[in-house]
Amino acid sequence: MAKNSVGQTFGVALLLCVVCSIMVSGAAVVLKPTQSANKLLDKKQIILAAAGLADEAGTVDELFERIETRIVDLDTGEYTDQFDVEDYDFIAAAKDAQMGIDIPRAQDRAGIKRRARNIPVYLIQKRGQVDKVILPIYGKGLWSTLYGFVALDRDDLNTIRSLLYYQHGETPGLGGEVDNPSWKALWNGKQAFGADGSVQIQVMRGAVDLAAIGAQHKVDGLSGATITSRGVHDMLHYWLGEGGYGHYLDRLRATKQGEV
Amino acid sequence: MGKARDTLLGPIFDENPIALQILGICSALAVTTKLDTAVTMCLAVIFVTTMSNGAVSLIRKYIPTNIRIIVQMTIIASLVIIVDQFLQAYAFGLSKQLSVFVGLIITNCIVMGRTEAFAMKEGVGMSLLDGIGNGLGYSIILLVVGVLRELFGSGNLFGFEIMSLANVGGWYVPNGLMLLPPSAFFIIGGFIWVLRSFKTDQVEEE
Repeated sequence: MAKNSVGQTFGVALLLCVVCSIMVSGAAVVLKPTQSANKLLDKKQIILAAAGLADEAGTVDELFERIETRIVDLDTGEYTDQFDVEDYDFIAAAKDAQMGIDIPRAQDRAGIKRRARNIPVYLIQKRGQVDKVILPIYGKGLWSTLYGFVALDRDDLNTIRSLLYYQHGETPGLGGEVDNPSWKALWNGKQAFGADGSVQIQVMRGAVDLAAIGAQHKVDGLSGATITSRGVHDMLHYWLGEGGYGHYLDRLRATKQGEV
Repeated sequence: MGKARDTLLGPIFDENPIALQILGICSALAVTTKLDTAVTMCLAVIFVTTMSNGAVSLIRKYIPTNIRIIVQMTIIASLVIIVDQFLQAYAFGLSKQLSVFVGLIITNCIVMGRTEAFAMKEGVGMSLLDGIGNGLGYSIILLVVGVLRELFGSGNLFGFEIMSLANVGGWYVPNGLMLLPPSAFFIIGGFIWVLRSFKTDQVEEE
């Protein structure tokens, strides 16, 4: 058969497609279990870092045994067992017609438009009691949505222990400094709420005078990254407020210490 | 053996795909802020150029002329997907950082340029060498850019501290421009300038 005949053209195309598709799907199927294990491990490492356990001895899985994952219904503040904690993806659920809800424009300080009704929280155990509560947060910065966690002490549900982002696309060296260890360290010990229970945490412009009244609520803004800093500020106000984890935190405050 | 050596080593300095042919610079900007991503990208590109050149050369006598570009594209795309799957399985952290740029090897002009210009005409052995050579030529630029950007942008090489940074109590104030894509343009431009100062035959006529 001639090289450029119709028959040969179809023949080559067909054969090539079959061979290539077998190779591609073969690789995808064979490697799938390793890839899923990687994704899970990656997520656990991030949560351990937020919990301040990342540097402790032990494998990720051993350390993760100290963390209990529960899914919270944000409207009621109660736990729900509707979903499997291993598989539930609250970012994807936000887009789902049933599992997500629209955030009213006036309330949407994080700039995310929709959120899932149910969101997983991570409870860090210490000597049989819950020591810290880790809450996922996300919201818009300058270029991108920043995804992260905020860790609160269980005893007052007010003291922030860490704030860290695991995914964002902010400018390296400016907004990207949300990853800077010395900036992240500023959050440890800050108070999220005022005496009246309202969200008081502030990301300031410039450096905070630590001697001034109210310094426990204030964190230095990132220089050269006004919009990213404001994004961090606004998303904390959204997620810690009424529309976010407000009901859940209220319920915990009414619960006995060390329990959740 | 002279021809084999020229095929393998020629693309590194004499006919460097980035410096002389100015192909494939988009990914050279994107993945070179750190050396470890640059090295991973180099290995991925060397693998793809070599295997796609080999595969196209192997079946070149059977490829109908009017669908040859689609055939090359299919082979390249399949190889890139396989590389991407392997990275996700065995180098998850790096594959997260490289994100879409591994997939974009498909559109890297070097790969398709070589299959069309070389592998369609030459034997399998030569095509494999040409693939390795062009992959290496791409790699050397990525490594040069990666070393300069990571060293002057974050004071590290491969994530190890070389110069201690001022914001953690050291002496070096990092050059933030190095972390932004335009710096790669300057470095590649500088590289081409140096290269053409030595190899004046590469200078284009006015």
